[in-house]
Amino acid sequence: MDYLIQQSLNALSFGAEYALIALGLAIVFSIMGLVNFAHGEVIAFGGYSMVIMGTLLTNNPLVLMVGVVVACVFASVALERVAFRTVRGADLTTGLLTAFGVSIILQNLFLLFGSPRPIAATQFIFLDQTIALGSIRISSLQVYETLTTILAILALMFFLRRTTLGMAMRAAALDFEMVRLCGVRANRVIAGAFAISGLLAGLACIFIMARRGSVQPHMGFDPVLVAFVACVIGGFGSLPGAVLGGFLLGITEVAVLILLPQSAGGLAHAVVFALVALVLIWRPDGILSPAREKGDKI
Amino acid sequence: MTPICQDRTVRARKATLAAKKTRMLEIKQLKVFHGMIEAVHGIDVSVSEGQCVSLLGPNGAGKTSTLSAITGTARSTGSMRLLGEDITQISIEDRCRKGIAISPEGRRIFGNLSVRDNMLMGGAMRKDRAALLSEMDEWFGRFPILGERAEQMAGTLSGGEQQMLAIARALLSRPRILLLDEPSLGLAPQIVAKIFEIIRELKAREITILLVEQNAAAAIGVSDKVYILNNGVITRQGTASDFGDGSDLMDELTGVHS
Repeated sequence: MDYLIQQSLNALSFGAEYALIALGLAIVFSIMGLVNFAHGEVIAFGGYSMVIMGTLLTNNPLVLMVGVVVACVFASVALERVAFRTVRGADLTTGLLTAFGVSIILQNLFLLFGSPRPIAATQFIFLDQTIALGSIRISSLQVYETLTTILAILALMFFLRRTTLGMAMRAAALDFEMVRLCGVRANRVIAGAFAISGLLAGLACIFIMARRGSVQPHMGFDPVLVAFVACVIGGFGSLPGAVLGGFLLGITEVAVLILLPQSAGGLAHAVVFALVALVLIWRPDGILSPAREKGDKI
Repeated sequence: MTPICQDRTVRARKATLAAKKTRMLEIKQLKVFHGMIEAVHGIDVSVSEGQCVSLLGPNGAGKTSTLSAITGTARSTGSMRLLGEDITQISIEDRCRKGIAISPEGRRIFGNLSVRDNMLMGGAMRKDRAALLSEMDEWFGRFPILGERAEQMAGTLSGGEQQMLAIARALLSRPRILLLDEPSLGLAPQIVAKIFEIIRELKAREITILLVEQNAAAAIGVSDKVYILNNGVITRQGTASDFGDGSDLMDELTGVHS
């Protein structure tokens, strides 16, 4: 029983991290049709900002958390302004290649000005403590991560449903030109999407830093690759799909790790991706493909 | 007749109209391009304040292209002036903010948003939220079906209801000129009659309208001035009375060349 609870929480927190990052990818894709592979470097930028702020300013973790989120929002909006705005309206591949290019440039900047080896930044480690609830021992970080993700999703839903900019973003996912014909500025909608994407990246960055305690140039790339898969399973462009895909992937990963015998541990990824392939045979557009005419409910 | 929505400028406009009919929209030598193809070959159209002007023609004549050029969604050359101000160099958003609103071809309502949210999008750039909400309530009163379905996804509405929503959305931006692109397309005769009844009401309220239609008889019935567009050029123009009931337009509107 204890084991089951611990592993469920484990699965939920993995899923939450994927869902946070996947949402960041999905919200930009739904509006611009851009798969933002530089999203991982936004996360890494948050990590490096934390190192710099930790060295120069303060070790107060709350201030650093706010700083990380602000840094990620800034990085995300700045990338849109510098790199993606110029290729707006070009076809999908151009955007994808731009995103890869930006990602490579940023990784190399981190290499040049940082270090290829991990740099310690341990101010968030305190989030990860073992709490004993009777006989059950759980990780506090996993609780925080799951709760934060749920709160972020609720806040995002509120924003998208109740504010004019949020409504414009949902409408733009269907017909961007018509949104502009209603007098809503395209730049505002897109900058808004990148800002939200950066905010979610910032939250993910806090939890990644709490777990790793160090930064590295490639630290964001792997989680974004997994989040990309989560988006594909959920249905690319669908926000509920990104959340569902993220959690499904987290749960599957943990389940596979538990169920596989120790000796076959190396096959975990192979099994997970085989399952992903099966899902895509069943639903080539993902589970919640953005059947837009039916109305994207988030 | 129920007023569709209060317009605080109506009285002021009537005063100006009495003085002199101002040119609302003036288009000269307009050429519209789709990629490398020139769809409209240099036309002149002018719409005076408070007028309803229709642009009639067969499929592919360039009617929708002309409207796209006015809203800024198609590439064009030539001059376009809104109340004397050049609008050719400004963005789609700014043209809407200057007072050009469109109920586009195919309606293009936001199917993934509720009926109410579609209307809110129409007034998205307005600051006077209280007035916007009361205008929306007037629309809901005018079309009870939209009121009943206010919280439903707009994609679930019928074609006629979607058309009414598209017109409401356009008007909620409080435009100076309303562009209507084939509002009667694909609708049942009773619904078409209802749409033209709305247009007549709007006209009675001195709203300036540029109407694109294939239903010539109905369009001429509500218009002050008529342009016939064929193969990207204006082949005839005149006051509505010059065209009678539109029966002699059959050849031009079916694209038959004699």
